[in-house]
Amino acid sequence: MLALSLWLGAAIGETAIPMDIVAKTVANRLWMADYPLEPIDEGIIWNYRLSRAVVAACCGGTLGLSGVVLQSLLRNALADPYVLGISAGASTGAVSVAILGIGGGMLTLPLGAFIGALIAFGLVSLLAMRAGRGTSAIILAGVAGSQLFNALTSFIVTKAANAEQARGIMFWLLGNLSGVRWDDVWLAFPVASAGLLVCLWHARALDGFTFGTESAASLGIPVRRVYVVLIGISALMTAVMVSMVGSIGFVGLVIPHAARMLVGVRHGVLLPASAIIGAIFMIAADIVSRIIIPGQVLPIGVITALVGAPAFAMILTQKRAHA
Amino acid sequence: MTISARNLSWAIGGQTIVDNISLDIIPGEFFGIIGPNGSGKTSLISLISGLRRPKAGDVTLFGQPMATLGRREVSRKIALVEQHAETTERITARQAVELGRTPHLGALTPWSSADDAIVDAALHEVKMSDLAPRLWHTLSGGERQRLHIARALTQQPEILILDEPTNHLDVGHQLGLLELVRQQRELTVIAALHDLNHAAMFCDRVAIMNGGRLVALGPPMDVLTSALIAEVFGVSAEIGRTEDGELQIRYRRPKPRKPQLQLMQTG
Repeated sequence: MLALSLWLGAAIGETAIPMDIVAKTVANRLWMADYPLEPIDEGIIWNYRLSRAVVAACCGGTLGLSGVVLQSLLRNALADPYVLGISAGASTGAVSVAILGIGGGMLTLPLGAFIGALIAFGLVSLLAMRAGRGTSAIILAGVAGSQLFNALTSFIVTKAANAEQARGIMFWLLGNLSGVRWDDVWLAFPVASAGLLVCLWHARALDGFTFGTESAASLGIPVRRVYVVLIGISALMTAVMVSMVGSIGFVGLVIPHAARMLVGVRHGVLLPASAIIGAIFMIAADIVSRIIIPGQVLPIGVITALVGAPAFAMILTQKRAHA
Repeated sequence: MTISARNLSWAIGGQTIVDNISLDIIPGEFFGIIGPNGSGKTSLISLISGLRRPKAGDVTLFGQPMATLGRREVSRKIALVEQHAETTERITARQAVELGRTPHLGALTPWSSADDAIVDAALHEVKMSDLAPRLWHTLSGGERQRLHIARALTQQPEILILDEPTNHLDVGHQLGLLELVRQQRELTVIAALHDLNHAAMFCDRVAIMNGGRLVALGPPMDVLTSALIAEVFGVSAEIGRTEDGELQIRYRRPKPRKPQLQLMQTG
């Protein structure tokens, strides 16, 4: 499935390229096969479309993973990096590095985003703790955090960037994969794989949180360490993806629910399932974003929000019905 | 000794919740912790089960200081059943019980048929085998609490700690659950209870707490006197014996206050 969607992702675009040419390009590049191809087609596929599809897959996969981790640890069906303001914090971090030059060249874009993401999550959880322990407290704190960091980002962009930069950044903030090349793959793929491994390593621990943190602790789970490691890796994955493609909403929220419906609640299968479904969903969203308005590329965040916001509403009302 | 506590104290926000408590739990006994609401029972339970670090004093588990033991080591010796542990996950009864194997499985240890056998045995023990495939949210409070006991049994602990396990249950389920726990002969049981008759019926020894302090400790027969009940709970009670010699506590209705009396007369 994943391979097929990667394949489709490479074939469909402003100019459609037949599937067999995609296969031949990959064969040429990977196994030195010697198919005669138009250099332009081969170039588009290899340099542009395929790298883009791989990054989309990594991005969707990590967002799906982060969603599962946050939902399980916080025991909140509505938690995801976007809702909790982690993405917004990462955007602010990335923009601060890119435009304000914070860190004086010592900080790279992903690192700035990571620091921003951690600060945002720290602030949101502090606020949630002060507001009381209810399920809605952390979501409301996330709303406040997102607004604050989005405002900070806009402030920085408006104050310091020129018109050209500002337009680019606004487009990037809504989620945009068009700038992606192979360089990005070399960052996205290792981070996504490492993230998946770390999460899988903690699959049993995540299961242990089913009945809350006290119960997890009584099952022998070192609660604080698991929190630090898993929230850290979620923030890292989110930050790396945001620094590459902007903050893309609702994927982390919706994908885990879809995966739970398909494979159940056990994290040993739920984590890989969410990663794969997230990856496929993101490639699909990317394809749609390229072809829905002919001759124009829609920011991918618009597509995911158009699908995700109604799904968010559904989860919200379903929870009501259960409680 | 299984668990020993020496001069335990714990406070939050400047308020002392557990005040200088020492006790030793004898292997195999059913030990009750009794006291009114807010007397510090739950906090004491968290301290002796190692979930919280005491502000002062220490706890030892089979002679080893609790502070030096990892969470996993503790969870192989002590299983905890909380008042009311709930989930919104679509988890089956069996999956809830399987969680009890967590302390015995590493990240890479595969689930084995031995684990399955332990889970089956625990489900059988609490008479929930038939309901194993059911989803958690379709089960009653009594069934859920029995599953929590089964989950605790699959941890294969030596000590079972229960924090007011019968709080949300009707009287039939309350007695059934405590009897089920009582039958686990090889286990040492520590339970916070607030029904004095339950304590008298099931406990070998009880500790009475009031305002974070230990005010009495011993077999229910010796400890549960009308003077103590009046002092700790502010209730006047008659202590009697049933025909088969069991302790029986009957509460008297508090004297109605004057204004209420007048209302009843005029209305």
